[in-house]
Amino acid sequence: MKRYAYYPGCSAEAVSASYHVSTLETGAKLGLELAELDDWNCCGATPYTNIDELLADGLCARNLAIAERTGLDVVAPCNACFKNLHHANAELRADPALAEHINFALEADGLHYGGKVNVHHLMHVFVKDVGLDAIAKQVKQPLKGLKVAPYYGCQLVRPDRDDGFDPEAPHFFEDLLKAIGAEAVDYPYRTRCCGASLMVGNRRAALAMVRDLLRGAVQAKADVIATACPLCQLNVECYQQDVNREFGTQYKIPVLYFTQLMGLALGIEPKRLGIGTEVVSPQPVLDCIARRPQPAAAGAAAKTAKVGKP
Amino acid sequence: MTAATQSFADEISNLMYATGTRGLNSCIQCATCSATCPAVDHMDHTPRRLIAMVNAGLKDEVLASNTFWTCASCYACSERCPKEIRPSELMYALKRYSIWKGRVPRRLVGPGFSRLFVRQILRTGKSYEPGYAPAFVFAGGLIGALREARFGMRLFAKGRLALVPKKVKRVENFRRMLSRIMPLEGIA
Repeated sequence: MKRYAYYPGCSAEAVSASYHVSTLETGAKLGLELAELDDWNCCGATPYTNIDELLADGLCARNLAIAERTGLDVVAPCNACFKNLHHANAELRADPALAEHINFALEADGLHYGGKVNVHHLMHVFVKDVGLDAIAKQVKQPLKGLKVAPYYGCQLVRPDRDDGFDPEAPHFFEDLLKAIGAEAVDYPYRTRCCGASLMVGNRRAALAMVRDLLRGAVQAKADVIATACPLCQLNVECYQQDVNREFGTQYKIPVLYFTQLMGLALGIEPKRLGIGTEVVSPQPVLDCIARRPQPAAAGAAAKTAKVGKP
Repeated sequence: MTAATQSFADEISNLMYATGTRGLNSCIQCATCSATCPAVDHMDHTPRRLIAMVNAGLKDEVLASNTFWTCASCYACSERCPKEIRPSELMYALKRYSIWKGRVPRRLVGPGFSRLFVRQILRTGKSYEPGYAPAFVFAGGLIGALREARFGMRLFAKGRLALVPKKVKRVENFRRMLSRIMPLEGIA
């Protein structure tokens, strides 16, 4: 059992609750113990850095300090939370004067951060710590024939990380999708930004960015777009109607979290994965899976093929 | 160097001191940033051009630009810049500078949204989407407000919007902590 301090992030409490529950369900199936960080606070997203960088570092440091008490590494499912926590961690470790100033502030909440915590994105934990072979072995319903457009988003593969993944041509998302039996389609812009909070600040710019992504995924004949970030999911899924109205397009492609696809492959009930809370119906994905007869196994899953299944 | 003799380019460079940039003056104007930027079509000056403008001391023109408020902070330019200038950090620096100096063009939505967001977190410690509605109203007027209300209803119907904001448990400590980092009077 691998244990982590789990940082859900604000979106998990409402807009991306389905990411939250599917993370916990798939994590439990794969032997991850995700202990929610006690009394965590917002990571600051981008607006905090827009206003003041020290405030942004202070917000992240409080979460890191709480995690340090548990002795566990932090795992964040959101690209922006991951980037912010990781970035603040690197700054606090590199700059003792900054750490001293922030620790003076943390005292007000009885906390101290000594720089001992590592920060991971949830997908990295699945790919590196759980491992693709171990995941493939647990697959009960390989997503055979399902064409998935892996959407990394931007901040999952951006500078100053120490995870060893190639930021220009990453393939860990594709690898993960293959491990659960799905087909990962190649399309442009898989690591390009979804527009993020420009949806408020410059709506037309953000809608155009979403349109480009949708076009790429649809032209590659994807059945579904898989995301690893609540803001990507919100922009790419929930704003499809707005994109269509703005540009006269007719996109209607489901957008699910990678944990939901993993959960389906692991044989977890769709409802327990939060499926059913989408604006664009994911029914085509469920149909695609339902059409498949239960195959004996795919790849490494053979060794643990389930008995007694129809 | 004293503040009185500091050029605009120096001021901005100093704001970027802790960001790991190799310095705006090492820009070779290759435009990798502009070619990489997903929002460049919506900027009045490309990132490459903006760097040149800062270096040339065109303060008024830079501060009137929408470029840095059109940055979505995706860091693609910082990933690729061959001179390690980190243009995304320049965009952050200019956002902060323009707010501090009160030089934000009134038509822009980004600064108001950032302030709303920061105030929300200062109050409760957590983000709460419906709290940002005023920014949408400012951005889109009545039609925009109605459109966003409809959008909100769609999410609400799916159980994806909370009725009340969540709070951290030790919210008083949390606020005292942040006030030790900087005075909050001007913000909250």
